[in-house]
Amino acid sequence: MMMNGFPRGHCMSVHERWVAGRLRWSADALEQVARDVRCDILTLLANAGSGHTGGSLSGTDYLTAILFHEAAIDPGQPNWADRDFWHVSNAHVSPLIYSVMAERGYFPLRDLLGFRSFEGHLQGHPSAHDTIGLEVSAGSLGQGLSVAIGVALAAKMDGHPRRCYLCMGDGEQQEGSVWEAAMSAAHYKLDNLLAIIDVNRMQIDGPTDKILNIEPLADKYQAFGWHVINIDGHDMNTILAAFEEARSVKGKPTVILAQTIMGKGWSAIEDDYTWHGRPPTKEEADEALLGLDANYGGWWARLEANGMMP
Amino acid sequence: MSGRIFEQRTTREGWGRGLVDLGQKHDDVVVLVSDNTTSTQVHFFEEIFPDRFFQMGISEQNMAGVAAGLSRFGKVPFYVTYSAFGVGRALDQLRVTIGYTPCNVKVGGGHSGISVGPDGATHQMLEDIAIVRAIPNFTVLVPADFDQTRKAVVAAYSIDGPVYIRFGRENVPCVTGPNDPFEVGKAQMMADGNDCTCIAMGQMVSEALLAHDALAEEGIRLRVLNMHTVKPLDEEAIHKAARETGAIVTAEEHQLYGGLGSAVAQVVAANYPVPMDYVAIQDHFGASGQPDELLDAFGLRAVDIVMKVKSTLERKA
Ligand SMILES: Cc1ncc(C[n+]2csc(CCOP(=O)(O)OP(=O)(O)O)c2C)c(N)n1
Ligand SMILES: [Mg+2]
Repeated sequence: MMMNGFPRGHCMSVHERWVAGRLRWSADALEQVARDVRCDILTLLANAGSGHTGGSLSGTDYLTAILFHEAAIDPGQPNWADRDFWHVSNAHVSPLIYSVMAERGYFPLRDLLGFRSFEGHLQGHPSAHDTIGLEVSAGSLGQGLSVAIGVALAAKMDGHPRRCYLCMGDGEQQEGSVWEAAMSAAHYKLDNLLAIIDVNRMQIDGPTDKILNIEPLADKYQAFGWHVINIDGHDMNTILAAFEEARSVKGKPTVILAQTIMGKGWSAIEDDYTWHGRPPTKEEADEALLGLDANYGGWWARLEANGMMP
Repeated sequence: MSGRIFEQRTTREGWGRGLVDLGQKHDDVVVLVSDNTTSTQVHFFEEIFPDRFFQMGISEQNMAGVAAGLSRFGKVPFYVTYSAFGVGRALDQLRVTIGYTPCNVKVGGGHSGISVGPDGATHQMLEDIAIVRAIPNFTVLVPADFDQTRKAVVAAYSIDGPVYIRFGRENVPCVTGPNDPFEVGKAQMMADGNDCTCIAMGQMVSEALLAHDALAEEGIRLRVLNMHTVKPLDEEAIHKAARETGAIVTAEEHQLYGGLGSAVAQVVAANYPVPMDYVAIQDHFGASGQPDELLDAFGLRAVDIVMKVKSTLERKA
């Protein structure tokens, strides 16, 4: 007899009860949220006048899926002891991180307008000191995977079912520390760890294969002892299926190579590395939002409708 | 506080132009960068000397080690990235391979200080001077403006050993001229005075000059020293300042602990103790904001120098 997917008589921890009863968003619904997140990203960047557009738009779909569908988290109590761990190590995509967090309810949407400002609580690169819901501060590439390993090890020590979700950039793979971490995750057989790499094939100075080739990435992780899943990082059904597959893998960590497009969702800048760290102007944002069936004014109207005008 | 009008330029452009100056004269100069060619302004060098330019990708530790290797067989490598990562991530390589050997490697620390602005605390390197200054064999240069940075790069080539050059992202006031001499290890007297000395580095030199003007209106004569070489320190200029002005205030876009203020205080305490105070980041991390806003908020302005000069003068015997 199974109840909520658990054998009868099994005493469910708070975490397991959460997992069993958690909101399972449909792919369709998640796509809608991802669209809203892209609107948030473009708006907050135009408002701030600086920040990273390209990677924020390429990582939107899987980060939305992690925070809305996959991870056991409670934005109402960000420090809930039984939470899953999620962290974005390519932390320059802070517009993405903050937008998904706001949509998920960690803080009001309105706060996105304080991005990169002295008054706001959303620094250009995430500060765990300033922003509630972040596990550690970040912005220096190649540090996050090690932190996730620490969390996964602690969960193993405690016999806790916590899962760890860790996002990285593909350019970030050039940091040696990533591979020290990759080796230790496999060594400790951390099947409670899932890494997702944003393979948008671009970084600041150009295409990754011109700057410092990271391929063959799948072979590298396989050789390091990981289970590798290669997916279209913009296809929500595929993303959700990959998460399920990762849950079923035992005895080794899993990495999802999310093949993505830098600037995804704003056709004018797609695959253009010069948009790694450039924000849209307000006019450009308006144009980009049109492509998402939205507009700059509409975003403000949404704030107003929710009684959240600053 | 205003008065003097300075032309504005970036120190990072001085770095980029200085490398081209060197490249034209010396075939052994090579440049390494880690995925930030334009923001560190080494695209100037890359365009003219593509065969002596190495794109290392996002791998600061590797870049530092490769630079060390290049230096073993006659090349004079200049590696550059944001100081947060070029010093932060590669510290062990800086200390053991480059510092201890020592290797003839020049390190460019770009995007330094709080004036990086909206990128926020992670990217605002405020500890680099404390770190690099503590490593034996390193020369540490913090030029004040565009022209001086250009000259510091050229001067670094003539030093046989590791050199760290700090510079920033934003426009800063040009306080020196293209024809002013630049001598490593010799403080530059920017304004004379006998009541107190402000020893400043980097863009704080311009704030010190504004403070000098404001204090002059109240009859207080502030000496301003541009301490562009933090190591080796110009101890003679510091002794003279202590003896002749009897009070010293340091000014730096850096943490209070371990930076210019600490360096000067060690010299003063050991030789001729006088009242001192420090304009610096007071032992906390930075924040996102516009560069000007941050310099105001973190107390790195002429007005902050003026206040500290006055309170220090009250303690003068
Ligand atoms: C240790 C470190 N070195 C350098 C940087 C500067 N930096 C920020 S983002 C970036 C490029 C990252 O490329 P990728 O991971 O592919 O992200 P994308 O450009 O796709 O958003 C670099 C070099 C940094 N933040 N940290
Ligand atoms: Mg990339």
